[in-house]
Amino acid sequence: MSTLLDTKGLNCPLPILKTKKAIKDLSAGDTIQVESTDPGSVKDFEAFCRSTGHKLVESREADGVYTYLIEKSA
Amino acid sequence: MSEGGNSKKMCIIVTKGTLDWAYPPFILATTAASMDVEVSLFFTFYGLQLLKKDVSHLQISTLGNPGMEMPIGGMHMKMPNMISMLPGVDAAASTMMRNLIKKKGVASIEELREAAVDLEVKMIGCQMTMDLFEWNKDMMIDGIEIGGAATYMEMAQEADINLFI
Repeated sequence: MSTLLDTKGLNCPLPILKTKKAIKDLSAGDTIQVESTDPGSVKDFEAFCRSTGHKLVESREADGVYTYLIEKSA
Repeated sequence: MSEGGNSKKMCIIVTKGTLDWAYPPFILATTAASMDVEVSLFFTFYGLQLLKKDVSHLQISTLGNPGMEMPIGGMHMKMPNMISMLPGVDAAASTMMRNLIKKKGVASIEELREAAVDLEVKMIGCQMTMDLFEWNKDMMIDGIEIGGAATYMEMAQEADINLFI
């Protein structure tokens, strides 16, 4: 299953908080795609995934929108 | 509480009761809890203001705060102390700050505090402070605990991260 989470326009730490909330409802192996306009979120999502063990499958930027693909760990 | 691989604990003493200083503890607490860190906040003295049911009274103070500059129309406005001391200036500056917070997509304190509750952040209010300022538990949000210095010390001893804000 894959979910889309739009956090565009929100500032730190809301993209992380909303991602955490959304991941809670997923099963292990499910992915979530998070969109953000916060440039600080690039390092934050890397740190978030390293600390929680969720896998940051992809991190990219296009036209000021940062997109993260995260796979939930067990 | 911790569903991920993280088993760290963080404990913060919260001592400030202004709108701007309400942010660091709640931002760090909610972010840490989101990263599966077990968080405890100990609210004491003016920090206990942040646990009151209604936090719309929180203000910033521009007095003696040279680092504060508000972006206005492409410029940055600083407040001379002579102006800051006038009645109503703090209230006006606080309204400007709240508008700025909303405009920039920054969370409100109410929003962060709700997130903290959702994320099971443990919040402890200081009994001595409540006695001192004649506040009672009914004025505070639900779900908090009341304790003293020994309660804090026990949490602090077990914490990997200890902060005083």
